[in-house]
Amino acid sequence: MLKSLMFAAGLAAAAAPVAAAPAGHTVTVDIKNFMFMPMTVTIAEGETVTWTNRDQIPHTVAEKNKLFRSAALDTGDTYSHTFDKAGTYDYFCTLHPQMFAHVVVTPAAKKK
Amino acid sequence: MDNDNDAAPSRRHLLKCSAWAGTGVAWAMLGGVPRAFALDGPARAPDELKLLFVQLSDSHIGFNKAANPEPVKTLNEAKAKIRALPKTPQLILHTGDITHLSRPDEFDTAAQILGDLPAPVRYVPGEHDILDEGAGKAYLDRYGKGTKGNGWYSFDMAGVHFIALVNVFDFKPGQEASLGADQLAWLKDDLRAVSHSTPVVVYTHIPLWDIYAPWGWGTSDSEVTVAMLRPYGSVTVLNGHIHQIQQKVEGNITFHTARGTAYPQPAPGAADSPGPLVVPPEQLRSYLGVSDISVRRGRHPLAIHDATLSEM
Repeated sequence: MLKSLMFAAGLAAAAAPVAAAPAGHTVTVDIKNFMFMPMTVTIAEGETVTWTNRDQIPHTVAEKNKLFRSAALDTGDTYSHTFDKAGTYDYFCTLHPQMFAHVVVTPAAKKK
Repeated sequence: MDNDNDAAPSRRHLLKCSAWAGTGVAWAMLGGVPRAFALDGPARAPDELKLLFVQLSDSHIGFNKAANPEPVKTLNEAKAKIRALPKTPQLILHTGDITHLSRPDEFDTAAQILGDLPAPVRYVPGEHDILDEGAGKAYLDRYGKGTKGNGWYSFDMAGVHFIALVNVFDFKPGQEASLGADQLAWLKDDLRAVSHSTPVVVYTHIPLWDIYAPWGWGTSDSEVTVAMLRPYGSVTVLNGHIHQIQQKVEGNITFHTARGTAYPQPAPGAADSPGPLVVPPEQLRSYLGVSDISVRRGRHPLAIHDATLSEM
């Protein structure tokens, strides 16, 4: 039951309006208090997300289907991943699987 | 089927565990190892100690934050505590998180400190021990010889069947840790040769019972595991991971989590996250400790004795 509650919370967060990142910018996600914040980020194809661990405990950033996976991030360590394909990416911390979040990648506007 | 029917009923009451913990633990206080038997029945003759072993956990070598900048020092203090036991233990179990980041130098430091203990140390990995690029290769190269799968194994000592389980691999998002089908199949097979009257000690890193699921303090397939252990007259399950003592007795099975030697963590749900608990430096050692477990000849409980590092 807990699991479904947690997923429900995740879906609620995914459904909330999220501002799209300005093109060309790197979006940052903080890892703090055993949470990814914000829990959902929306970026365009080709943009990058950088995670920074602000906890005193190591965390990882791991896509659930192993599309990308950071090394263990100690306090202050960062990890970046550039998303080349549109879609929704669910990721979690492999040390603390109760921590999970999402990256939504929207198709880039076609150049004329 | 059950060839020890006569033994089973009296064994129902065998698992009485004790904590001698300076910090006010809620369960029965039974005194230290030499005295553990005394409370069991003062009129009875002292019993012969069959096996004494020690549980160490959560050393987190490599951690250097405010909650304990010196985990090497506190692990050395734990070692001194083991050496000062009135009887020399025959075995030491380390229930994982030997290191903080699975770095070679952290494993080396831990091995150096624990290398000259008076008894062999048997390990299971914690999730902090498989953070290397090879996702566990560093741990398994060092401690996995003669083990199955991701490092599980069993052995017998002094009439006790020890089972080391591994529940820190293959985490799935939003789910608790698991042992997995392969390990459970192995366990079922392993138990086939163990008579129900044999005392069984199971040890693994993450608790094999649900302590606090929002923090991942439990194992998703623990119920099927525990079901395999229920026919046994005396089962003791030893875990680490949560850096504090929690205990539960269910029928013939006693579940017990040990203190770590590095830093404390909050009580379940008592903080925003399970991150390290910073306590005043002069109090730190009352939150850290080791446990020793004695097995006596005859039908007596395995007495678990938890001692903090402040009781030197």
